[in-house]
Amino acid sequence: MSTTRFVASDGLPAFLSFLVKTGRRVLAPAEKPAVKSSVVFEPWSEGKAFTLQKATVPAKEAVLPQCETLLTYKKTREGDSVSLTLDDTPEAQPTAVFGCRPCDARGYAVLDRPYLRGPFVDPYYKARRENLVVFTVTCSSGCNTCFCHWLGGGPSSPEGSDVLLTEIEGGYVLQSVTDKGAEVLGTSSLADGADKFPLVEAARKAAWASLVPAPDIKGAQTALSALFSDLDFWQAQTDRCLSCGACTYFCPTCYCFNITDEGESFDEQGGRRLRSWDNCMSSLFTREASGHNPRMLKAQRMRNRVSHKYSFYPENWGAYSCSGCGRCVSNCPVCLDIRAIVLAAIARTADK
Amino acid sequence: MPVLEGKELRIVGFLCNWCSYGGADSAGVARAAQPTDLRIIRVPCSGRVDPLFIVKALLNGADGVLVSGCHPRDCHYSAGNYYARRRLEVLKQFLPVLGIDDRRFEYTWVSASEAQRWQHVITTFTGRVHALGPAPRFGDSRPLLKVADMALSALRPLGTGKAAALDELKKAIKARLPELECVIGWQQGYDGAHTVPLFAKTPEDVDKLVWGPFNVNNPAVYLPSFKGKKVGIMVKGCDGRSVVEQLQENLINREDVVIFAMPCEGTLDMARVSEKLGRYTSIDAVSCDEAAVTVTADGKEHRFCMADFAQGKCYGCTAPLAATADASVGGPVSVNPGPYTPPELALLDSLSLPERMQFWSGQMERCLRCYACRNACPMCVCRDFCVSDSRDPHWMNQKDDEREKLFFQTIHALHLAGRCTGCGECQRACPVGIPILALRQQISRAVGQLFDGYKAGFDPAATPPLLTYAPEEKNIHERDWK
Ligand code: SF4
Ligand code: SF4
Ligand code: SF4
Repeated sequence: MSTTRFVASDGLPAFLSFLVKTGRRVLAPAEKPAVKSSVVFEPWSEGKAFTLQKATVPAKEAVLPQCETLLTYKKTREGDSVSLTLDDTPEAQPTAVFGCRPCDARGYAVLDRPYLRGPFVDPYYKARRENLVVFTVTCSSGCNTCFCHWLGGGPSSPEGSDVLLTEIEGGYVLQSVTDKGAEVLGTSSLADGADKFPLVEAARKAAWASLVPAPDIKGAQTALSALFSDLDFWQAQTDRCLSCGACTYFCPTCYCFNITDEGESFDEQGGRRLRSWDNCMSSLFTREASGHNPRMLKAQRMRNRVSHKYSFYPENWGAYSCSGCGRCVSNCPVCLDIRAIVLAAIARTADK
Repeated sequence: MPVLEGKELRIVGFLCNWCSYGGADSAGVARAAQPTDLRIIRVPCSGRVDPLFIVKALLNGADGVLVSGCHPRDCHYSAGNYYARRRLEVLKQFLPVLGIDDRRFEYTWVSASEAQRWQHVITTFTGRVHALGPAPRFGDSRPLLKVADMALSALRPLGTGKAAALDELKKAIKARLPELECVIGWQQGYDGAHTVPLFAKTPEDVDKLVWGPFNVNNPAVYLPSFKGKKVGIMVKGCDGRSVVEQLQENLINREDVVIFAMPCEGTLDMARVSEKLGRYTSIDAVSCDEAAVTVTADGKEHRFCMADFAQGKCYGCTAPLAATADASVGGPVSVNPGPYTPPELALLDSLSLPERMQFWSGQMERCLRCYACRNACPMCVCRDFCVSDSRDPHWMNQKDDEREKLFFQTIHALHLAGRCTGCGECQRACPVGIPILALRQQISRAVGQLFDGYKAGFDPAATPPLLTYAPEEKNIHERDWK
């Protein structure tokens, strides 16, 4: 049974305060002023401004930080003996993500599969994920680069969220999706919102109506696996790619990482093992110690990125690993459009 | 080695093996009293000192850095110190834009026999660093977010390029197409308000080429990857300067590129355009008059006057038509050469040193190290072998702190010293809008002041100033510092 509450627009900061008081770190979108302003998730504290616009950078940080310490090591010397101490306790502060979009939340569902359901459970991810509660704002309209509805999502898709917020006149209706969400809402002092549900339905319908109709991409998985060795196709699709990593670093579903050991300053005999984001668009990603690189060309790397999302991952997990947020399109310096590649792949195999 | 609490500061010295290291040694042998703050790193030549050594030391807690080599004309390797002098002087003028006091860095010449001079140099420099006190630590400062003022006036009238003779240019392109691998230009992107690079191979592709204020990408970024093949390229004035700089550095061969040019009337700052358009699902129409572009999105009309919405670089552009071209359509544009400070740089100029440090820590916080800035740069030559990803040498670590990220920007900026043409692609590519162009602009300004107004990308025959030297430098007065 879902719990429904209502909060007036000016009551949002008080609700965030309540979340902070439950002992959570609250990550909320903050606008960064610049000539090209951007919106990023940041820890919120009393009095800080926040926004509910769609963030430039997704809230993946909450479960998979750009860089995290897997372990710290320290060397101590006593007389002739040297001892090494290791600390690998996962850091997982209870966290609430407040104000992400359904496409961000769906990213958590995508990440959960390899990190939690595969043969290896990642203890760091697990600790953070279990301590996370996700408050998602449903979208009131589509946008030029979004395509969540191509992939079974939508402006009010609940996958990956604990609570959905929908804006109606005067405020937001909060509706729990999971027990965790219901529990948090239940302990808050917000007023019941069940009577506002018809307004929520209307808002969601209007959002759906604003979307440009989706093409049929059911053939994507087979088309992409058929094109695996069609290098001409991939070369034509990627001629303008610059091989940076913006598309993957701004993606809520990309989850590859690199592990490095970094020493501390000279005073301290020790260091830390870091896990930081890595991306398959970089040539270094697959360069082997021998110098050989199985994905030397950007075309091969793009094939990997697109196929992983629309073919390999679906093969392994039965779902796309793309939530259609469109950030790889909007943040790419050359507007490379993954939608166009998928459609071109389907068209190319249909021709044959 | 721990620094004596409260008494010593951390000063790093890079001393050349042949002269200054010997000089310091002689001073020691002569028992000349000298301060003990200096930690010496012996290098084969002052020319071996990469300016990044100095920045890395300063960003990581050094209170001062001193470089000392053989006197000019005395270099063991003939010219190492001549090159060093140019680089180090540029560095000195660059440090303040990061918020680092340039008095914390000095370079000088001491020969192996000059024990007394060494004593004087090190005493004076240490005294100076002590007077400045311990260096403020980057990252300790509270972020300061400020936005550049984009209310600018242009050196020439900006417009939409509506009258440009694109058809005539296409004819010229088609005439040359058979001998070319492809012609790099622009075509419409995912909607009417975006263009993307096009690699035209057939006459039908050529018909797709577009010209106008949405042509923001710099197609020159792709040229070096075609080295050895014959290609054509369509250029705006700024793109043309990137091509010239690539020619200057032999990154491409003149006989392998065919340059198609038209006078540019300015391109749109897509960041400000997107902000005004807001969230939209589709573009219904895009139309131009001479002065403005009108975009209709979801039934709503938005007018973008070029005088208000151009990219920062367009306001200061002095050469909208590429001078080095094989086919040019449209006459030269007259430009008022008046003074112009780019908006990002003007903002930094208006801040104090501590504020600049705060500014950069506020900006770099949101950098994701996606390296779109690096890869969009037409002058970034290492491509898949960038030091930022290398473990050996280990220039950068993978920590995501602001200092590490700013250090990357410093690497890029210093590697572009005297080579950056100011095309602005690095900043345009940054998805989170970090005004990183200011760092490159400061270096370009310093290079201009030191080397007789030199500007990169104007003369295909010119040698970039940091790739050469003069035994007597007109504008460098390195002996004056004491
Ligand atoms: S697709 Fe775009 S964002 Fe991704 S690597 Fe290529 S240029 Fe960078
Ligand atoms: S550093 Fe930036 S402005 Fe300079 S050439 Fe490279 S991309 Fe252009
Ligand atoms: S493009 Fe921006 S976010 Fe990406 S590495 Fe460069 S400065 Fe950082």
